[in-house]
Amino acid sequence: MPALDSTTPITPELIVAHGITPEEYQRIKDILGHEPNITELGMFSVMWSEHCSYKNSKPILKLFSKMNAALPHQENLLVKPGQENAGIVDIGDGYAVCFKIESHNHPSAIEPFQGAATGVGGILRDIFTMGARPILLMNSLRFGDLAQPVSQRLFRGVVAGIAHYGNCMGIPTVGGDIYFDGSYEGNPLVNAMALGIIKKDEIVRGAAHGIGNPVYYVGATTGRDGLGGAAFASKELSEQSHEDRPAVQVGDPFMEKLLMEACLELLKTDALVGMQDMGAAGLTCAGCETASRASTGVEIDLARVPRRETGMIPYEILLSESQERMLVIVKKGKEKEVEAIFEKWDLHAVKIGEVTPGNKYRVLDAGKLAAEIPAKALADEGPVYTREEEKPAYLEKAQQLDLRSIYEPKDFNLTLKRLLSHPSIASKAWVWQQYDHMVRTDTVFYPGHDAALIRIKGTQKGIAVATDCNSLYVYLDPFEGGKIAVAEAARNVVCSGAKPIGVTNCLNFGNPMKPEIFWQFHQAVAGMIESCTALETPVTGGNVSFYNESPQGAIYPTPTIGMVGLLDNIEKRVPSAFQNEGDIVFLAGETFNELGGSHYLMLEHGLKQGLPPRLDLKREGSLQQFILAAADTRKLASCHDLSEGGLAVALAECCIKSEEGLGATITDLEGIRKSQKGLRDDALYFGESQSRAIISVKPEHCKDVRNLAQKQGTTLFEIGKVGGDTLILEDRVRLLVWDAANLFDRTIPNVMERK
Amino acid sequence: MKAAVIVFPGSNCDTDCFHALRDVVKVPVEYVWHKSQDLPKVDLVVIPGGFSYGDYLRTGAIARFSPVMESVIKHANDGRAVIGICNGFQILLESGLLPGAMLRNKTLEFICKHTWIRTEENLTIFTGQMEPGETLCVPIAHGEGNYYCDDDTLKSLHDNSQVVFRYSSEEGKLGEEFNPNGSRDHIAGIVNKKKNVLGMMPHPERSSEDILGSSDGRKIFESILTALE
Repeated sequence: MPALDSTTPITPELIVAHGITPEEYQRIKDILGHEPNITELGMFSVMWSEHCSYKNSKPILKLFSKMNAALPHQENLLVKPGQENAGIVDIGDGYAVCFKIESHNHPSAIEPFQGAATGVGGILRDIFTMGARPILLMNSLRFGDLAQPVSQRLFRGVVAGIAHYGNCMGIPTVGGDIYFDGSYEGNPLVNAMALGIIKKDEIVRGAAHGIGNPVYYVGATTGRDGLGGAAFASKELSEQSHEDRPAVQVGDPFMEKLLMEACLELLKTDALVGMQDMGAAGLTCAGCETASRASTGVEIDLARVPRRETGMIPYEILLSESQERMLVIVKKGKEKEVEAIFEKWDLHAVKIGEVTPGNKYRVLDAGKLAAEIPAKALADEGPVYTREEEKPAYLEKAQQLDLRSIYEPKDFNLTLKRLLSHPSIASKAWVWQQYDHMVRTDTVFYPGHDAALIRIKGTQKGIAVATDCNSLYVYLDPFEGGKIAVAEAARNVVCSGAKPIGVTNCLNFGNPMKPEIFWQFHQAVAGMIESCTALETPVTGGNVSFYNESPQGAIYPTPTIGMVGLLDNIEKRVPSAFQNEGDIVFLAGETFNELGGSHYLMLEHGLKQGLPPRLDLKREGSLQQFILAAADTRKLASCHDLSEGGLAVALAECCIKSEEGLGATITDLEGIRKSQKGLRDDALYFGESQSRAIISVKPEHCKDVRNLAQKQGTTLFEIGKVGGDTLILEDRVRLLVWDAANLFDRTIPNVMERK
Repeated sequence: MKAAVIVFPGSNCDTDCFHALRDVVKVPVEYVWHKSQDLPKVDLVVIPGGFSYGDYLRTGAIARFSPVMESVIKHANDGRAVIGICNGFQILLESGLLPGAMLRNKTLEFICKHTWIRTEENLTIFTGQMEPGETLCVPIAHGEGNYYCDDDTLKSLHDNSQVVFRYSSEEGKLGEEFNPNGSRDHIAGIVNKKKNVLGMMPHPERSSEDILGSSDGRKIFESILTALE
């Protein structure tokens, strides 16, 4: 783009370069009543980009709000999706949790370390902007085939970037999920989730109320970094994307730590009116959104904005995405008190303007008008498109799978070993040991459990969190895949003993202008809604990331779920791994001849095909109710969800992750075979039928557990016993836990450790 | 006994140390902001972990110039107790209260995990509750915990019984495979000659309660409490 200054004439080429269509340009003229100047054009272009306006996804996202409105316990949803920077759910005793997941895919593809780091920084600001203290981070990552050097480079950079930012902030990164698949080659996914805790009566709104109240700029200086990042995120990655490197921001977690402490300190005073972070679209977005939410005007003077570079024009200052900056609206007359707090933390706090009557976002440059736009038009009244949808042609072929042509492997031991050594299934300790997952001394279940579990000091409560999405399922059947993503994340949280209370999601898809992609998007959302409705978990918000395409094509559709659960008494938590020699092992739930979309089919037969397993939400609900009831009466020694790799992998994980390397002898699978006529052995061992969990139970509790299962309508099969040092499955699997652990633990380090 | 936890910009284990002292071992404790010139009247000063000043320049290098450090040095020179954990240890090295320096971990990566450390010396106020050779399960979380000193310093550390903790196996065996960061002679924690200043990379405050997976670290706080009461 050529250098722009205030005198730059608006040409059709310039409009196109800003990603604005002729119709949109006409609308801009109608709103303003005249031609925009270059600064105004820039402001519209970022606020009306997909990243900020959700112009292509809004009609679909509304379905989440519609669903929420029909759920019971409405009163617990304190801040709803789209209202603020993050959603908030009541957890009782005067506390609430504030959480959100957001993508930083494009920046991470170009510059993995900074891209991932600033993704963490951005999501944390969304949380403390609401007045909540962030207490945990999670992340959901997708990379190409790990054997490829480019995937290794991105993987290493992203992990180091997340570690760099989260560790320095002193917020534990307690879990997440990672998959490796060729569809992400060249377009990795980096979805960061944060959760904070807040007293219900201390929620801060991002609104500029009170005419005459001063508007402060706080935090880092403004530079040219990240210029137009929101617009960059709203197009496909290409060979030329590296030229967009200046659109990637650079993070300074130390600055953000100071900013967080100062903002949370400010919250304890009565001087604060509203807060909004300057993330995507920077000062443009913060100014117009705070004004729009309060139905007021805001006027600022750019000459007062602290800068790190000389010669910046209004266009650049307004569109800069320099990190670690906040807009803070405070009560008139409290300026001294506010400035003292920021001075204590050695931060810039500069009054750049004030709340004004009317509804305009007025931007001056040393007193001279640089831009004037109705705030609501910019923030909320962007264009909305209903995109065309068409069922993709690939589906028909991809869904075909004739099980008769699939031979059963002779050596199940070998198949199990192969699954345990697949990077998507193998231990991610190499990753999470780079994250400080213990700081704040609240982490009770470390990464590697079905869900991470955090205690809340001063209460009995625990918060369990899981992220999940099997995108191969979504690719093969977007509706069923969307359903499963929600149900499985909920099951993960339930397996730890916690009741799901809310969902945040990060919807990663390809280019929405392609009808096939939009169809995937709509179907996946519809599937998610079906599960959320059945499991009574509201959606609190999240993020949409379109244009995840590289020259090789679109990624698998990946609607990542961040599920939050509440344990009223943390003493009732349930670990994932086996605990005691002699405990009885049960499989809860039913197994079908379902191999479509399974990791077994992919690894053993080289097929990414078939219909993914069917999810019966009634059965899922019963299973979850049963587990929660059993956990509540403390009858479960362990509980682990079945997912990729099925029963055999789940059992191996229960052994490998046990403290003592406990084995298990599983001899009684006949009951399962009898219950399902014609069940193939590979489906029984490695199939991924939904709504199942492995539980272990002390012998004296077995009767109670059976009764609870019967009451909830969950089928329970007693299949064996914990003990020894070997995992034995009938006469088909015999694997020393030590050897299994070695495969499981060493897979990723063998690739990633520096020689 | 009374304790103070120093807070630098970028400290992030300050609240954890505060919690372990106040709520677990039940010691009166207060925060001291780094800009403060004076220390309150306390028996123990805790320099907590974190990223003081973002670890810019070098870990601990800027924090040591904070106004409060003069009082901390005086407190130490008066023979009163100071414990520096992780970044706190790095600050103690930078301020000259302890000998040696930190290098980046041998893996060049940040490492957070439980480690076993062996008590080498129990005749200090920090280790009185342990047997010599007793091992503790205490986590580490650092990018630069690879302790280094020259041969003379190492000899003097051993001659004066200043090496307090070394990384080991659960059974107390020493070896490269049990040393997470490559530190010289497997050193995890040292004291000064007067034995009133302890620096250690592992975090006892993270292993002071059973619910966190280990309560071994609590023994260090209890040793201090017993010695100073």
